[in-house]
Amino acid sequence: MKSPAPLRRLATLASVAAASLLALTAQAAETIKVGEFACLTGKDATFGQSQHKGIVLALEELNAAGGVLGRKIELIAEDNQSKSGESATVAKKLISRDKVVAILGEVTSGRTLEVAPLAQAAKIPLIASGATNPAVTQKGDYVFRVCFIDDFQGTVMAKFALADLKAKKVATLTSVSSAYSVGLAKFFKETFVAGGGTIVAEQKFSEGDKDFKAQLTAIKAANVDAIFVPGYYQEAALVARQARSLGINIPLFGGDGWESEQLLKIGGEALNGTYYSTHFTPENKEPAVATFVTKFKARWKNETPDAYAALGYDALYILVDAIKRSGVTEGPKLRDAIASTKNFSGASGITTLDKDRNASKPATIIAVKGSKLQFHKTVAP
Amino acid sequence: MSEFLQQLLNGLSLGAIYALIALGYTMVYGVLRFINFAHSDVFMVGAFIGYYLGKLVPENIVWGGLVVLLAAMLGCALLGMIIERLAYRPLRGAATLNVLITAIGVSLLLEYSGQVFFGATPRTFPAVFPSGNYSFGSLVISSNQILVIVVAALLMVALQLIVYRTKIGTAMRAVSLNPKAAQLVGVNNDVVISFTFGLGSALAGAGGILYALNYPSIDPLMGVMPGLKAFVAAVLGGIGNIPGAALGGLLLGTVETFVNGSQWSTYKDAIAFAILIIILLFRPAGLLGKFTVEKV
Repeated sequence: MKSPAPLRRLATLASVAAASLLALTAQAAETIKVGEFACLTGKDATFGQSQHKGIVLALEELNAAGGVLGRKIELIAEDNQSKSGESATVAKKLISRDKVVAILGEVTSGRTLEVAPLAQAAKIPLIASGATNPAVTQKGDYVFRVCFIDDFQGTVMAKFALADLKAKKVATLTSVSSAYSVGLAKFFKETFVAGGGTIVAEQKFSEGDKDFKAQLTAIKAANVDAIFVPGYYQEAALVARQARSLGINIPLFGGDGWESEQLLKIGGEALNGTYYSTHFTPENKEPAVATFVTKFKARWKNETPDAYAALGYDALYILVDAIKRSGVTEGPKLRDAIASTKNFSGASGITTLDKDRNASKPATIIAVKGSKLQFHKTVAP
Repeated sequence: MSEFLQQLLNGLSLGAIYALIALGYTMVYGVLRFINFAHSDVFMVGAFIGYYLGKLVPENIVWGGLVVLLAAMLGCALLGMIIERLAYRPLRGAATLNVLITAIGVSLLLEYSGQVFFGATPRTFPAVFPSGNYSFGSLVISSNQILVIVVAALLMVALQLIVYRTKIGTAMRAVSLNPKAAQLVGVNNDVVISFTFGLGSALAGAGGILYALNYPSIDPLMGVMPGLKAFVAAVLGGIGNIPGAALGGLLLGTVETFVNGSQWSTYKDAIAFAILIIILLFRPAGLLGKFTVEKV
C-alpha cells in the first residue's frame, strides 16, 4: 500500500532530522566529557561552589589553549544537594548516560565514598578534590585524590596542640554521622595520646545538630586546655558561638572542614582564638599559587579562592595532564598515567601521588584573630 | 551541681522553643483533629522574614528586635491563614487522611519553594537583639536564652488568656468540643478556624525568630527537625491540650540536653523517642490528655 503524500513527506523530514541528530552526536563525541559531582546547594554549598569555580576556571583555560589531544573538554556538573544518597544517583547518571571519561569530586569524604565503588566498578577514574578520609582511595585503584589524608591532618593538629597550644588535656567534639569527622578525631587522638596528652572528654553530635550547649557544658566541667572540633564550618561556627556564650574561652581548633568564607559570617567574634588546618592559603607566595589567585580573582568577581577552589582546579589539570601523557581517554593506560603523576606544580602546591593514590602535601595552619584569617604556619609531610 | 543547673538551663531554653512550636500543632489538632505538618515550615518562613527584616532595622537594639519579632509573627499568621483558606478549607468534611496528605504536600511545597526563593545555602541570621552573657557563680546565661524563656512564657500566658478569657477563645473551645453544635448556636466556624491557624502560626513565627537568634544559621529545611521534635512534644503532653504542649516541649528539650551532655549523646533522638513510646504505653492520651472512650 502506498502511503499518502503528506505522511511520506513527514517520513522524509523525520529521517533528515534523525540524520542531523546523528551528525550532532558525532560532533559532540569529539569533546572529552568530564563529569563533576559537587554539593552546589544545601548545607555544604560553599565547598561545592568553590570546587566548581576552580574546575570551571581550569576548564576555560585549557579550552582556550586548544583543549587536549586536539579535542575540547566538556564539563558535566551535577549537584548532590549536600545530601547523602544523591551522589550515587548523579554518579550513575554521569557514568551510564553521559559516558564521561573521568569524574571529579567531592570535597567531603562521606559523599565521595558513595561514588568510589561505582567509579571503580565502571573503571572510570575518580579524582577527589577534598575527601581526606583514608578509606576513600582504598575503594580501588581507579580512585585518586589531590589532597592530603586525615592521618596526616590529625597528626599535624595533635602536634600543633602539644607544641603550639601547649595543651595537655583536650576534649573532642565529633560528628558521629560523618566519616570525615570520626576519622580525623581518631588520628588526632592517636598522636596526641602518644605525645603525652590526654583526651579528657569525647563528646559527640550528629549531622544537622545546631545545639551543642549540652556537650559544651559537660566539656566545661571537665576543665580542659583546648577543644578539638573536627566538623564542618557551620557546626564549628555554632560551636564557637555557644562555647563563648557559656564562658568557655580556651582555644578551639579543627581541620579543613572549617575552610569556608561562611565560617566567619556565622561565627563572628566568637571565633577569635581558633585554629584550623587546611590545604591552601592565598597568602602563599609560590609563583604557581600567586598566579592562580590572580586568575581566580579576575574570573570570579574578585573573590579570593579557598582550598577547595585550588584543589578542584588541580584535579582537572592533573587529569588533563595524564590524558596528554598517555594519549588516551580511557582504560588502564589513563589510570596508570594518573597514578604516575609526579611533582605536578598546581594551585595547591606540588602534587605527587603515592602508591596508595594519595597526594602528600604540606598542611597550612590558619589562625583566626580579630575576625580575620591569618596564616599561622606550614607543616611539611 | 553547677553543671546540672547549667544543663537544666540549656534544656529549658531549647524546650521553650519546642513548646512554642508544639502549641501550634496542638491548637490546630484541638479544633480540626488533624496534624498540620506545614507548621514546621511556617516556623522556617518566620526565621526568613526575620532575616530579611533584620537587615533593615538597626542591629542590637531592643525595639528593632521587637519589630522583627512582631513582623515575623504577623507574616506567619497571614501565611497560616492563607494556607488554611487555600489548602484545608476546601477539604473540610473530607476524610482526615486526605487533609493529612494535603498537609504533607503543603509542607514540601513550602520547603522547596523556600529553596527556590531564599536559596539552599545556609544564611547567617543577624543579631537583632542586643546580646550579652551574665554569670552567676559558675552558671552562665546568655541574654538570648533569657529572651527565649521570657518570650515563650509571655506568649503561653497570652495564649491561655485568649483561649479562656475572650469571646473568640470560647468560640474556639466550642468548635473543638462540637463543631456542628457550635454552628447551631451561632459560631462562625470558618472565622474561628482561620483565627486558630493565625494564632498557631504566629507562635511558630516567634519560635522561628527565637531559634534563629540562638542558632544563627538558617536554611529552608531548618524546620524539619525542630518541627518533628515539637510534634513529639505535643503528643507527649497530650495532643489538643495547650498546657500539655508546653509541658511536653520543656520535658523533651530538657531530656535531650541531658542525654546530649552524657556519654550516650549519640542516642539522643533514640532516647527521646523511646520516652515517647513508654509514656504513650502507660498514658495513651499523653501526659495531660484526657482519655475518652469512643461511643459506638
